[in-house]
Amino acid sequence: MTAQVYKFTCIICPLSCDIEVKVENGEIKEIKGYTCPRGKEWAIEEITNPKRVVMSVIKVKNGNMPTVSVKTDRPIPKTKIPELMKLLAEIEVEAPVKVGQIILENPLGLDTKIVATREVEKA
Amino acid sequence: MKTKVAIIGAGIVGASIARVLSKYENLEVHLIEKEADVGWGVSKANTALIHGGYDDDPDKYPMRAKLCIRGNRLWHQWVKELEIPHIWNGALIVALKDEDFDELERLLERGQRNGVPEMRIIDREELFHLEPNVNPNALGALWVPIVGQIGPIPAVIAIVENAVANGVKVHLETEVRGIKVENGEVKGIETNNGFIEADIVINAAGLYADEISKMAGIDYFEIHPRKGEYWIFDEGIPGPNHVLFPTPTPISKGVVVTTEISGHLMIGPNAQDLPKDYKDDTSTTREGLEEVWRKAQEIWPNLPPRWKVIRTFAGLRPEPTGGDFIIKAEEEVQGFINVAGIRSPGLTSAPAIGYEVRDIIERDLGIKLKEKEKWNPYRKEITHFFMLQPTQINELVKKNPAYGRIVCRCNKVSEGDVLEAIERMKFIGVKTPSVDSVKFRTKATSGTCQGSFCKVVIINLLAREYGIPPWKVTLKGKGSEIGIGDVKVLLRGEAQ
Amino acid sequence: MNTLQYDVVVIGGGPAGLAAAVKAKEYGLNVLLLDENEYLGGILPQCIHPGFGIHYFREELTGPEFSHRFVQRVKDLKIDYFVKARVLEIKNYSDLEKIVAFTSPEGAFEVWAKAIIYATGARERHAFEIGIVGDRVAGIYTAGEAQTLMDIYGVMPGKEVVIVGSGDVGLIMARRFALEGAKVKAVIELMPYPGGLARNVMILRDFNIPLYLSHKVVEVRGKKRVEKVKVVKVDENLREIPGTEFWIECDTIIISAGLIPQVKLLTDIGVEIDPATGGPVVNDLLETTVPGIFVAGNSLLINDLVDYVAEQGELAAYGAKLFIENGGIPAEKWIKLEKGNNIRLAVPHYLSGKRDVYIYARVRKPMENVVLNFPEIDRKIRLPVVRPAEMLRIRLRKEEIAKARDKITMEVVQ
Repeated sequence: MTAQVYKFTCIICPLSCDIEVKVENGEIKEIKGYTCPRGKEWAIEEITNPKRVVMSVIKVKNGNMPTVSVKTDRPIPKTKIPELMKLLAEIEVEAPVKVGQIILENPLGLDTKIVATREVEKA
Repeated sequence: MKTKVAIIGAGIVGASIARVLSKYENLEVHLIEKEADVGWGVSKANTALIHGGYDDDPDKYPMRAKLCIRGNRLWHQWVKELEIPHIWNGALIVALKDEDFDELERLLERGQRNGVPEMRIIDREELFHLEPNVNPNALGALWVPIVGQIGPIPAVIAIVENAVANGVKVHLETEVRGIKVENGEVKGIETNNGFIEADIVINAAGLYADEISKMAGIDYFEIHPRKGEYWIFDEGIPGPNHVLFPTPTPISKGVVVTTEISGHLMIGPNAQDLPKDYKDDTSTTREGLEEVWRKAQEIWPNLPPRWKVIRTFAGLRPEPTGGDFIIKAEEEVQGFINVAGIRSPGLTSAPAIGYEVRDIIERDLGIKLKEKEKWNPYRKEITHFFMLQPTQINELVKKNPAYGRIVCRCNKVSEGDVLEAIERMKFIGVKTPSVDSVKFRTKATSGTCQGSFCKVVIINLLAREYGIPPWKVTLKGKGSEIGIGDVKVLLRGEAQ
Repeated sequence: MNTLQYDVVVIGGGPAGLAAAVKAKEYGLNVLLLDENEYLGGILPQCIHPGFGIHYFREELTGPEFSHRFVQRVKDLKIDYFVKARVLEIKNYSDLEKIVAFTSPEGAFEVWAKAIIYATGARERHAFEIGIVGDRVAGIYTAGEAQTLMDIYGVMPGKEVVIVGSGDVGLIMARRFALEGAKVKAVIELMPYPGGLARNVMILRDFNIPLYLSHKVVEVRGKKRVEKVKVVKVDENLREIPGTEFWIECDTIIISAGLIPQVKLLTDIGVEIDPATGGPVVNDLLETTVPGIFVAGNSLLINDLVDYVAEQGELAAYGAKLFIENGGIPAEKWIKLEKGNNIRLAVPHYLSGKRDVYIYARVRKPMENVVLNFPEIDRKIRLPVVRPAEMLRIRLRKEEIAKARDKITMEVVQ
């Protein structure tokens, strides 16, 4: 019998509601403290399958800057982040790099793209 | 055959000795330093004063009394020859109580005995004319016009550059591990970089002079570290026009209030005796800084709000057994000269110590010194953008665009200044590039923001000029690297 | 001496300056943009996390993407700009003649301009300013400095990190360090509540980073590099509680202890500064007390969101346009915005009643279920919560403002 109460501050809007979610045996029993349905939905996802946009930098060869900043084009499951970071550590791209350029398609089968967010010119 | 001289320690003392000895044709001078650059020991953190010479009792401390006033006179010449930043603004020793005048009279008399010119006791009215913001309860002061301020590390750098230009060889990151003595004669020094042969070894090792001396078998003195802490404030905060001392007590010269040569109000030091094995403890402490604050307020009540501080720091002074400088050729070990316990007024005395050591070599070691026909007394300071007129900027930019780019916004240091500094570092043999080496040559990173914008730019310039990755650039020598590797080093599992 | 002539000089190529330069050019003004970095964008290119542009572009962008859009506009509009250019002095020759002296790899220049938009951003408070004592060794970085090292120049500063201050930059750096494989051992916050936006406070939970509220770092020790820091608990008056000291071992300290508007060039020519914001006193066109000098972004006041920084840049450009067209900013009277209960700062300081205005304000302490009250003009706004970390942005209409005689008070009441 495991009952757990998760408390967090909602980040959907600046209201920053303090939401409490009670979970028993992996099942959500009670949600309180939210003010809007988006907040409730977010709280449920935070418990069942939290997702984040991941941002990092990737090494660049022959560029006017030694790195290019990148992001996942959509949030990915939190649990997959360490594995993705390890993968990004192995990559190096050649300058020039354009904003929006896709660096990696579908890494780790995560149905996301790694997209460059900064321009790097050839040195 | 040249006589080989090894000077241990490239602080203000070792550097000054090296410069004086570089004048002689029959000497081959080696300057040995364990740090990555020169002037990083005792010379680095002190009050930066060229003292007047009234403070040292000639009966108790004859060496100090003699060399301080001589040093003061020599500095007037050296700062010009070597283009060392300085200001001759004089000191006021402030009396707050009637009894203080008794002490001021004693100092005046002692100063006159030591040969200090132009000292006199001034009354309240004259004091407030000179220093309108001094404690309103002040009663008068002792006025010592020959007191000045210099940049101590810039001074070491300038002296070493001049010495190198005159043939001195500098060995940085070279730590002395032993002194080779055979049949009562010094033969050389063992270092982490191998054996350096020498007929004369001069021990100017600052805080570690007792340990070096012991390596030669001479252990009649000890050096104790005495810590002094300081506050330095943001530009624009009004400081005094002169160097302000309180009336001294038997224990201490007291906390000085001054506007240092870059224009920042500075207060300090306190004096805390540390155990003998705390020779690398330059940490600041709450208690010490509080003490400095309290004491400074006694003569300068209008201290700024505390958040106007841009830096606090601490330095160590090498206090010798007996209190006087130990400067002599040791009879038991032929060729070994101790220059130890060079505490205050060591910075002031340094040039005079250089000549004193020369005299010892001639008189006590019986070596007849031959002056070089060509010895260059001059050394040029690097370009400082903040001293340039717009037309000069445009002329320099035509030669090298780097002079038009400001790196340190607080102190207006250009990329060109930094590149010149790096050239000078290489000239004296700096192998491990550090931000501090650039800072002491250019003033970059020492302003209001303390380098939060420009440190990164300087790191990249150092990395480029030394051909190493930026993370290998150091803050202050090996072990203080800016980073542990590239940004992915931890994810690749490669960091130690 | 090289001399140039422009209608407007924009000093600073971060979001405020970029937005101002673009807008001023769109108004038909002849604009020169100056920035001291190697690239335009200010700190945005290193702020690689998302959360930018939600209001301005109605789209969530990262810092470099937000910056890129503006830089593209600058290039498309063929706005003249210099990078690696540092302004050395502003001279106020007359109300309609300003001189901006700057230096760059192209040489030293003097620009004659009718108006100046000052958008130089802020600097970070450093370890000495917050009273940390101990050893001055490697491994101590301000958050922005660490961010530049990691996310522009690809350098990993260290592997065991303590973050001083729970403001947004500190929290974002906590995440960057954690993502790249470093161990973030603690975030230390002086106040009893976190300093950053809720979405950034969440980072701590994501990476299991302990947050110490009502604590401060007082001392750093280490031989060549940071080895440990001393932390102490503080009471409700922020006084240290003796006996609560403890040490955390680490090799890196990130100082995220607040930002200070950079106004040195302005104070040099006598612009009045508001001690509450650290930035200049301005009217509702963001004009300072020296006519024709406008200010926007973090050199005006410290903002949380880049969107509002860009908004201020555009308003300053509008101000410059009006100023140039009319030979000055006309207003019969100025209505002073006064700070009432629980308002720590509020900008702009003077309102004309001739135009709608956004009030940017911060509260002193958190409060719930409050009314934001402007008693003189009878305006009340209900808010579920106010927090010091979150800047308030309130629109007042010109008709409302005009109702006031000589002042409008802004207060937070229960």
